[in-house]
Amino acid sequence: MKRHALTNRARIAKTGPMQGTRFGKRWSAWPGVSRLGVVMGSALALGGCISVNAPDKPIVIELNINIKQEVVYRLAADAGNTIKENPDIF
Amino acid sequence: MFGLTDRVQHKPVALLAGAAVLSALVLSAPVSAQQRDPAYAAARAAGQVGEKTDGFLGYPVPPSAEIRKLAEDINIKRRDVYAQKAAAQKATIDDYGFTSGCQLILATVPGEKYQAPDGSWRTRTGEPPLRDNKCP
Repeated sequence: MKRHALTNRARIAKTGPMQGTRFGKRWSAWPGVSRLGVVMGSALALGGCISVNAPDKPIVIELNINIKQEVVYRLAADAGNTIKENPDIF
Repeated sequence: MFGLTDRVQHKPVALLAGAAVLSALVLSAPVSAQQRDPAYAAARAAGQVGEKTDGFLGYPVPPSAEIRKLAEDINIKRRDVYAQKAAAQKATIDDYGFTSGCQLILATVPGEKYQAPDGSWRTRTGEPPLRDNKCP
């Protein structure tokens, strides 16, 4: 009971409107650091999301072109023979 | 005696006739199947039909009824061939047609028409034709 009363009083004194910012800052140094950490952490998380999403589309398009090119190269010799075998329609 | 001379006299004639019939049969069939129809060859040379990028014939200029019939007839035969060959290669008709188109455009001779990758019709010159980047 006594402790509660003491800590409550101390907090009120720290954040009281008449108490200057300088003294208040010194006491709230650690909470400030942790708040900074939270901000940095969220910024990192946001940055991670963007870097994962951005290169997604170009990779997919390139893959399709490569697959098409691979098929065209594979069919080239056979298509050449087909054209030679059917000179009446080519 | 009479019968013998008769036979001797007729034998070469019969042989020649037989040879002529045979050679006509043997030669005529492949010739008609292995060369372009004269009307098709003329339409190509005149630029009334051209090679498209998809491996089929197209019309660089509005076609007459005869030209349209001729090109559609050939395109049906081409599609049939593409379908069979593509199935054997486990590929799509579109891919097989595109690959053939690459080579057919390359095989055009100066004066014939072909389709550039942007869809425009070009007249083949002595220069290499404009082809899709995916062409081998």
